[in-house]
Amino acid sequence: MARVFIPAQIRDLTDGQEVVVVNGTTVREVIEALESIHPGTRERLCRDGQLRPGLMIAVDSSVASSGLRTPINRDSEVHFLPAIGGG
Amino acid sequence: MSTNGKPKYKVIGTRPIRHDGVDKVTGRAKYGADIRLSGLLHGIVLRSPHAHARIVRIDTSRAEALPGVRAVVTAADIPPQGDRMVELGEGAVNMRHLSANVLAHDKVLYKGHAVAAVAADNVHIAEDACKLIDVEYEVLEPVLDVLKAMLPDAPVLNDDVRTDVMGGSPAASDRPTNVARQIIFTKGDVQAGFATADVVLEREFRTGTVHQGYIEPHNATAMWNANGKVTVWMSTQGIFTARQQTAELMRIPVADVKVVPMEIGGGFGGKVSVYLPPVAAALSKKTGRPVKVIMDRSAVFEATGPTPASYIKIKLGVTRDGMITAGDAYLAYEAGAFPGSPIGPGCMCVFSCYDFPNARVEGYDVCVNKPRSNAYRAPGSTNAAFAIETVVDEVCQQLGIDPADFRLKNGAKEGVRRVDGPVYARIGMLETVEAIKESEHYQSKLAGPNQGRGIASGYWFNIGLKSAVTATVGYDGSVTLIEGSTDIGGSRTSIAMQLAETLGITAEQVTPSVVDTDSVGYTDVTGGSRVTFATGIAAIEAARDIQRQLVIRAAELWEVDPSTVTYVDGGVSGPDGKRMTFVELAHKLPETGGPVIGNGTSGKATQAGAFGTHCVDVEVDPETGKVQVLRYTVAQDVGTAIHPSYVEGQLQGGAVQGIGWALNEEYWYDDKGSMRNATYLDYRIPTCYDVPMIDTILVEVPDPQHPYGVRGVGEVPICPPPAAIANAIAAAAGVRMKQLPMSPPRIMSAIWERDAAK
Repeated sequence: MARVFIPAQIRDLTDGQEVVVVNGTTVREVIEALESIHPGTRERLCRDGQLRPGLMIAVDSSVASSGLRTPINRDSEVHFLPAIGGG
Repeated sequence: MSTNGKPKYKVIGTRPIRHDGVDKVTGRAKYGADIRLSGLLHGIVLRSPHAHARIVRIDTSRAEALPGVRAVVTAADIPPQGDRMVELGEGAVNMRHLSANVLAHDKVLYKGHAVAAVAADNVHIAEDACKLIDVEYEVLEPVLDVLKAMLPDAPVLNDDVRTDVMGGSPAASDRPTNVARQIIFTKGDVQAGFATADVVLEREFRTGTVHQGYIEPHNATAMWNANGKVTVWMSTQGIFTARQQTAELMRIPVADVKVVPMEIGGGFGGKVSVYLPPVAAALSKKTGRPVKVIMDRSAVFEATGPTPASYIKIKLGVTRDGMITAGDAYLAYEAGAFPGSPIGPGCMCVFSCYDFPNARVEGYDVCVNKPRSNAYRAPGSTNAAFAIETVVDEVCQQLGIDPADFRLKNGAKEGVRRVDGPVYARIGMLETVEAIKESEHYQSKLAGPNQGRGIASGYWFNIGLKSAVTATVGYDGSVTLIEGSTDIGGSRTSIAMQLAETLGITAEQVTPSVVDTDSVGYTDVTGGSRVTFATGIAAIEAARDIQRQLVIRAAELWEVDPSTVTYVDGGVSGPDGKRMTFVELAHKLPETGGPVIGNGTSGKATQAGAFGTHCVDVEVDPETGKVQVLRYTVAQDVGTAIHPSYVEGQLQGGAVQGIGWALNEEYWYDDKGSMRNATYLDYRIPTCYDVPMIDTILVEVPDPQHPYGVRGVGEVPICPPPAAIANAIAAAAGVRMKQLPMSPPRIMSAIWERDAAK
């Protein structure tokens, strides 16, 4: 079961829960599982089937280079963070 | 110093002469301004005299009638972009905003905003023609301050901007706003954390608008051929992102654009966005001739992305024995004309050097009538470090705790969860503090009155992204290596060294070249401290590809099964003691099938972040407020230093830029939004007279995600200087500076306030 860390600004959709535990083998499946429990979360994280612009995903504290296709392990942590650009 | 048992390398860790060195010191290296093509026209951009105005009318007829003028373009010559976001490697970009920044649509949003451009037989005719373009403006009130821009009644820059609250908008209204984005992070129970603190400090900070200060201005030469293919020669940090931006803006296929990288005279994050290529391309399309456009220095200052000014408030709770209990940060960054300040990384970095059990961070991206902000070494992190590291120092002063010991008690380490969520892998924050604490510099005594010492730490993520490398083995045992990472800081050599190390040959046997977008696989920008890491991995993969092929060639020569042959120690070894060196085998390639070409890519690896801790001694003149930097030491977690001289150079360069940001550099605007110091005479970057030798301590904590342990090094060193210097000023003069730059007038005001309070 993946542990999804809910961004502070959408915790109103998860009854204030900071972490939600869901099933899923990819980030996309994790988001779908989250949506089934807490409707509205997917729209806040995704647009047109892709991660929203300006966001990035970290799985087990590493930036997920495959985006929504990134594999998830049973005990993975998933974070949604602002995208980073360097200088 | 090395924290782990460091492997024995033959090439890595040595200091070979850079491959591009001779061309650069003899002046033969070709930069964008050196481009000469048959029939070349020269372009000049007409820029807005107003910081905020509606464009009522543009009449180019008088300019077009001037003899020698070949074309005039405005935004009407750039295809409409619609409402679309495009992924450009380092992040998604709003194409309507990018287009409006290249040539203003219906409004100008900062002084210097490009309005039109002329191509003519020479620059003088083009300049004269620009004066003949009639632009009627309806001048609007500008807003130049981040907090004023957030007010409900502030002039609004963009009609299409709403506050993005994690994919939603505030319920309050759907009105246009300057506040483009809100970010919030929380960890633990902040109120409970502050309740357990013995000391709680809250301070407010301001930082100025600062430019990257690269010496070479932006330039682009474009040739729009009759077959619809466009070639652009330019100075850029990313040939592929420049290609995509140009293609997307002109609404032509990416494959129809070729970007040829010229040598680059500095970038530091400021040469990722395109400004000139679409303009030059549009002029070339109209004329059928190549067009070269070069910015002058004022245009660089006024129209290319600086790093944002900011407002930051920090609240810090600490126990009597120096343990952090809670933190609260509020950050508002100026995005400039269009959304996109580095508020995200600013929020992620502000508490990143420490283990905060409880914290809250709130950040805002805010449009103001200044040029669209852009990346500058560790974008967003330096502003944040100035604020938090100053408060940490003041807390240490109040509690009588050595600031190095405070950091050793509270510093981030492997396993610590950041306030934004992720958990640190193996990092070297504590090692950099230990290195400073044990340094001769930190343990020495100050030499005179009005002197003070300060330390500060800083953090940057470093990124991975995608790179490609191709390497060809010559029959003489040489290797030509081609890559798509434009070389800002000696990366050609550091990439070549990793390929050489993997093949067991010398760095001098490898000839690296940075080539155009048609000649190498997709490669992301030279930025984010990624090239030596990610392009290095691609080079290692290319070397391994060569190894595999050479094993097969040797097996064919020896008439043995390939499984009995191994590549080891710079050559191939087979059964019965058979052995050929790399060079010996290279000589035999023609008789075993010809060329051996190795390919390597990198796209999955991500970096662990890097930390730096700086120590500085200053002397403050109590009569003038001038701050003289007396001594400066940088300790940084550099992973494995591939070419130590380049690593040291990055640390020194970053520190010097941070010193400039701390003491002098600032866009100076009048109340109409006109920058009054848009030349290097008035915008004062440090010179060799202003800084001492920057001593460096390379702390080597290898990143396990790279085969040789590389970490990016280019960005972290700019983060600590403003705070370290502010802390040194506090020790020297007894004043806490909370605004950058800490220029003599501000120092004197603080001293007078201090004296008045006595």
